[in-house]
Amino acid sequence: MAFLTLESLTKTFGNQTTIHGIDLAVERGEFISFLGPSGCGKTTTLRMIAGFETPTSGTIKIDGKDVTDLRPNQRNIGMVFQAYALFPNMTVADNIAFGLKVAKKSSAEITKRVKEMLELIKLPDVGARYPYQLSGGQQQRVALARALAIQPKILLLDEPLSALDAKIRISLREEIRAVQRALGITTIYVTHDQEEALSMSDRICVMNDGRIEQLGTPFEIYNYPTTRFVASFVGTLNILNGQVLDSTSGRLGIDDQEIFTARELGGASTGDTLSLALRPEALSIGHANGGSNNLNGTIDEVHFLGSVVRIRVRFGSNIVSLDTFNRPHSAPPERGQPVTVNFTREDILVLDRPAI
Amino acid sequence: MRARIGPWIAIIVGMIYFLVPLIATFEFSLRMKRGEYSFEAYRIVLGDPNFQASFTYSALIAVAAIIFGVLLVVPTAYVVQLKLPRLRPLVEFITLLPLVIPAIVLVFGYLRMYNSSSWIPLTNSVRGTDFLLTCAYVTLALPYMYRAVDTGLRAIDVRTLTEAAQSLGSSWPRILFQVILPNVRVAVLSGAFLTFAIVIGEFTMASLLNRPAFGPYLQLIGANRAYEPAALAIIAFIITWACMGLIQLFGGGRQNAARR
Repeated sequence: MAFLTLESLTKTFGNQTTIHGIDLAVERGEFISFLGPSGCGKTTTLRMIAGFETPTSGTIKIDGKDVTDLRPNQRNIGMVFQAYALFPNMTVADNIAFGLKVAKKSSAEITKRVKEMLELIKLPDVGARYPYQLSGGQQQRVALARALAIQPKILLLDEPLSALDAKIRISLREEIRAVQRALGITTIYVTHDQEEALSMSDRICVMNDGRIEQLGTPFEIYNYPTTRFVASFVGTLNILNGQVLDSTSGRLGIDDQEIFTARELGGASTGDTLSLALRPEALSIGHANGGSNNLNGTIDEVHFLGSVVRIRVRFGSNIVSLDTFNRPHSAPPERGQPVTVNFTREDILVLDRPAI
Repeated sequence: MRARIGPWIAIIVGMIYFLVPLIATFEFSLRMKRGEYSFEAYRIVLGDPNFQASFTYSALIAVAAIIFGVLLVVPTAYVVQLKLPRLRPLVEFITLLPLVIPAIVLVFGYLRMYNSSSWIPLTNSVRGTDFLLTCAYVTLALPYMYRAVDTGLRAIDVRTLTEAAQSLGSSWPRILFQVILPNVRVAVLSGAFLTFAIVIGEFTMASLLNRPAFGPYLQLIGANRAYEPAALAIIAFIITWACMGLIQLFGGGRQNAARR
């Protein structure tokens, strides 16, 4: 049985429904990310799990117990906020001890637990400091320790790395994941950063407009998006409009050129226009990729990004971007240069039909 | 260079405006003995049992008003900020009323509501009247106390701190007294200081409720003596500045350090 279950969870603010009957089952010890753009309902869902928002309908169960009507302080949930939310009037040790004092633990137990937590976050010597004496990354680690000190059933993280700079973000997300694995705590992580979600999660729940668009492992979400939204939101994606020439053999026409999909185009008729998605890393210039699909076009733009060179190629009305590694001894192609873009049949993702 | 002269002129004019009457009052308070400067007026004032009694009385009422005010205003401002932000204009309007309603109107209202033949005859007893006076001072200081606390609450992330404490299992009273109140301590102290200053100098309410407060004593001395009122003014000024210094010493330093 799932450890955390959301059943038909709905939230309405006034006349506006922000969460539309979400169903979700999270296993014990699982790390699941809510990924989506601003306003998609990921934070509202998290806040309902925490008890800060009351669902309009639906139920939330933790370890089989219905907690929908329980107050936040009765749910035994640890939460880490974007803004750290450390109590400025308390030292780091007092912050970590706060929840333990509320739970009326003995002072010996509190001292031991605080020490353990400080060691867990690799800040054993900052107990006597105040939050203002720590960097943003350190503060967020203390916030994590404070949330974990009470041994919560579930750990909720609401965009905890958004306020930090890029380098700290990467190191801290590795630390959070390591701590989560070490403790085996069920974790829900809210983010709008796809890289964070892809690199940290056991499963990703992609949300849009108050609904779950797709739930799957990072591999599935990235490689096999089931909706146009997921395909475009996760990773960079090239969308091409192709006309069905033969649905049985998967033959499509793109600006007077032909390509083939790996599977037949069930449900599509000859003459239909379909949206096709191609990841930039699936494309290569020339025939080096060994794929059976080739499209001839001209270089439209070349962006030098350091280790990677992003090249934009135009085929009539369609444009695709592809990435190649920078090679210091060979100059990147130039604008206007004719090229062949190569990719395999399996690389083509057929999305829903475009709105025309 | 010209840009720097302007502010200095303004500061000097301001200081003259502020300091000259103070120095003149101080100088006058020292001239009680003919032909020499002395602290005779201070000795008389400080030795007067009525001074000690009235000041002690007002100080006690001020402390009571501060405690009542904090217990009333901090939870109110907190709830308004956290749960009822739409009510903020209404609450602000209500807290401003004591500024536009004269004290004499307020006290007549109190006398009408709480006289000996009313439903709540507070003026029947001395303690009842003291309580009424305390409540009156809470009302009088409400605009200052509320604004000070509200400003303090706006400076911290009340919602997130509250939610963080809630997620750690904390109850509302614990959140209020261990998380919120310590973080608005300087604001509360500012409100407390303003309340103290208002109560110490207040005359109308204390006089019409016939209580032996410092305000009516000041008025009595001022009407009958020459040098003692000047000495009293200087003493009151020193007390005020001592309060401010204490606030800075015990509140400001640590709070600022915590916010840095």
